[in-house]
Amino acid sequence: MNKSSATEMKAGYAAKRRATNILVYVILSVMVVIWLFPILWLVLQSFNTVDRVSTHLFPDGFTLDHYKTLFTDPDVPYGTWIMNTFMVAVFSCIISTLFILMVSYALSRLRFKSRRKLLNMGLILGMFPGFMSMAATYAIMELLHMEGQLIGLIIVYSAGAGLGYQVAKGFFDTIPRSLDEAAQIDGATKNRIFWVIILPLSKPIVVYTALTTFLGPWADYIFVSYFMKTNEQNFTVALGLYKMLDNNHINRYFTTFCAGAVLIAVPITILFVIMQRFYVAGVTGGAVKG
Amino acid sequence: MDYLDYVQMTKGQRFVYKVKSFFTGIPKALGNFFKAIGYFIKKFFLGIGNFLKNFGSRFAKGDAGTKLSYIIMGSGSMLHGQIVKGLIFLATEVAYIFFMCTFGAHYISRIYTSKLVLLDSDVDAHTGYYKYGTGAIGREVMMKEEGMFGTEVVNKNTMDDSNQILLFFILTILITIVFLAIYVANTKTAYNTQLLRAEGKKPLSFVQEMKTFLDDRFHITLLTFPILLLMMFTVLPIIFTIFMAFTNYDVDHQAPQKLYQWVGFTNFAEVFYSDAKKSATFGLILVWTLIWAFFATFSNFILGIIVALLINKKDIKFKGFWRTCFVITAAVPQFVTLLVMRLLLDDKSGALNQAFGTSFPFLTDWARVTVIIVNIWIGVPYTMLISSGLLMNIPEDLYESARIDGANAVQQFTKITFPYIFFVLTPYLIQTFVGNINNFNVIFFLTNGGPEDPTQYANKAGRTDLLVTWLYKLTKDQSDFRLAAVIGILIFIICAVGSLIAFNMSKASKNEEEFS
Repeated sequence: MNKSSATEMKAGYAAKRRATNILVYVILSVMVVIWLFPILWLVLQSFNTVDRVSTHLFPDGFTLDHYKTLFTDPDVPYGTWIMNTFMVAVFSCIISTLFILMVSYALSRLRFKSRRKLLNMGLILGMFPGFMSMAATYAIMELLHMEGQLIGLIIVYSAGAGLGYQVAKGFFDTIPRSLDEAAQIDGATKNRIFWVIILPLSKPIVVYTALTTFLGPWADYIFVSYFMKTNEQNFTVALGLYKMLDNNHINRYFTTFCAGAVLIAVPITILFVIMQRFYVAGVTGGAVKG
Repeated sequence: MDYLDYVQMTKGQRFVYKVKSFFTGIPKALGNFFKAIGYFIKKFFLGIGNFLKNFGSRFAKGDAGTKLSYIIMGSGSMLHGQIVKGLIFLATEVAYIFFMCTFGAHYISRIYTSKLVLLDSDVDAHTGYYKYGTGAIGREVMMKEEGMFGTEVVNKNTMDDSNQILLFFILTILITIVFLAIYVANTKTAYNTQLLRAEGKKPLSFVQEMKTFLDDRFHITLLTFPILLLMMFTVLPIIFTIFMAFTNYDVDHQAPQKLYQWVGFTNFAEVFYSDAKKSATFGLILVWTLIWAFFATFSNFILGIIVALLINKKDIKFKGFWRTCFVITAAVPQFVTLLVMRLLLDDKSGALNQAFGTSFPFLTDWARVTVIIVNIWIGVPYTMLISSGLLMNIPEDLYESARIDGANAVQQFTKITFPYIFFVLTPYLIQTFVGNINNFNVIFFLTNGGPEDPTQYANKAGRTDLLVTWLYKLTKDQSDFRLAAVIGILIFIICAVGSLIAFNMSKASKNEEEFS
């Protein structure tokens, strides 16, 4: 092969590569536009001057009134909904995180006779569709006189937490066992090992667990919609926003819905973007190891 | 066929062979599945046999204290010098007997009211109380009023709450199981301390024993409370729902205004054959659920990998920017994004149709296509995130040697990237498939199961309804709890059998052709 044909080939190769790169950029740009358009539309509509679903794709004017409506209109007590959700989220976050860490530590690093059985039971319980037993849970809460109450919601969310051990267990599995053994030789009890050695090493998974359990109540609609029925002063944000779109409200509150949705989506989005790497590690953690 | 034969085949033959071995593998996987079930049943009964043997032999070999603890709990421990422990066992037994007498027995006796009963003890001087029921859960007390023109039976509205009885019945059973476990532990510990004393050793003091809960028995400390709560608020409701499937609990038999009754397998029969419209509806929805799960899983999977590949391509700049753009859509709570999608796509009032002055039937005639496409919009960012991490794990030398052999980008994708990711993510794919069978949000927020089609579907089901959304509607809107419970059980069976077979098959294929 002589020199000139080699440079020609190189130039041709470079041109081809540039062409594919440009193609990739174009495809990615188009996709990003498609993917971001609905969210952009939501944000723009929240500043729109009309109240109903606009006949134009882009806003007719600019106003912050709908953000004010959220906190002033007694028909849509957005502030109350936020407080309700926040209360439920904080308490169920604390209890659930504790439970998840306890269960996953026990199932991951302690060896006892019924361990395999418990893991299998967890797997089987996880296969029941989550809201199959909605009516039954409601009946239990009725007997405890906690139906439609925020405290009942906290109890139901936290009590089910024990089943969500997979991600944290996957993390604990990766911590070398020699650490426990060394500590045990030094005379540490398993209780001490848990608090003094394992937990400080597991900050990322503690943060991840706390964040996911905190975010759960903000995004749940299914269970809470059955649980609260029409008890409006105990609505969570998801229920309240959904209510704004029913036939009686949509023409007056559509743009207010957009404003409310933007307000809660912003912090949640930021939290998710921060913790995305934990999410990936959680889902693929078991898979990569094989 | 061994490896050499396989290597000598042409591409077409290999493809045919693979497809054939996939389908011939199904019976084997099914066989393995039933073998596994058989194995578990065998193990279960062997376990029971072993347990009974040990239980009996402990009694036979036990001294007076051990033998006594089979009747009076804790007496063994007390006689062997562990006073506090023995007292705790004794207290448990007393508490259980008290619980059964005051609470448990009442609900167990009312779980099945078999015949019309006249209770003499309840007969009043002026009015007579009848308690009646025919296979009902609970009793309804009727009052006999002697009037001028004879006797009239009137409903005095003193009636049991079937829900309450069923719930407390299950609770009593669960408590009994826990008690039996403690009872067995009591006999075991009595025997073990007896052996210890025979060896001349001193059994642990109460304080020492408590300390083991922070060390050797730390798992008990950690697990007891979470498991108790799980039993109360997850296991108990699930058992309750399973029982509901065998009753006639629906809108006409609402607790606490009316009792409901045991009806055996009637509800299952309705879903499968005896009610033509219901069974047709179930069939249609099941088929659509499986179609939906298939397309939702694989469209997301393939497109997600492609997007991840595009972003991770060597010369592409601003990788973080592209990734964040997609992640944002995944990060916004689903009920928000999906409601936005519904507002954009609605046939009449939707923003897209209004803006363009059209009325394209996104959510009616094209609803099934729309939900799958919107699901791609929702799901691709997740798959992209997950496969991005994996793509970086693929050993670079695989690609290098492929390039040296002259493989182009497409070949590299089909021969290296795709098989690698497919191999690593098989468990994840199975999970997503099962997850999509239960994917509630997309359907519920976009179409709410619609368009409704009362000519073909019973119980207000619609053409995009999945089994889960139908279940939700049956529970929330129609209070048809018995049908909802049957559907829930069937979903569980489908998911459980599906994932067991799939795991079996993926295990088998892993053994046969290891990825290298």
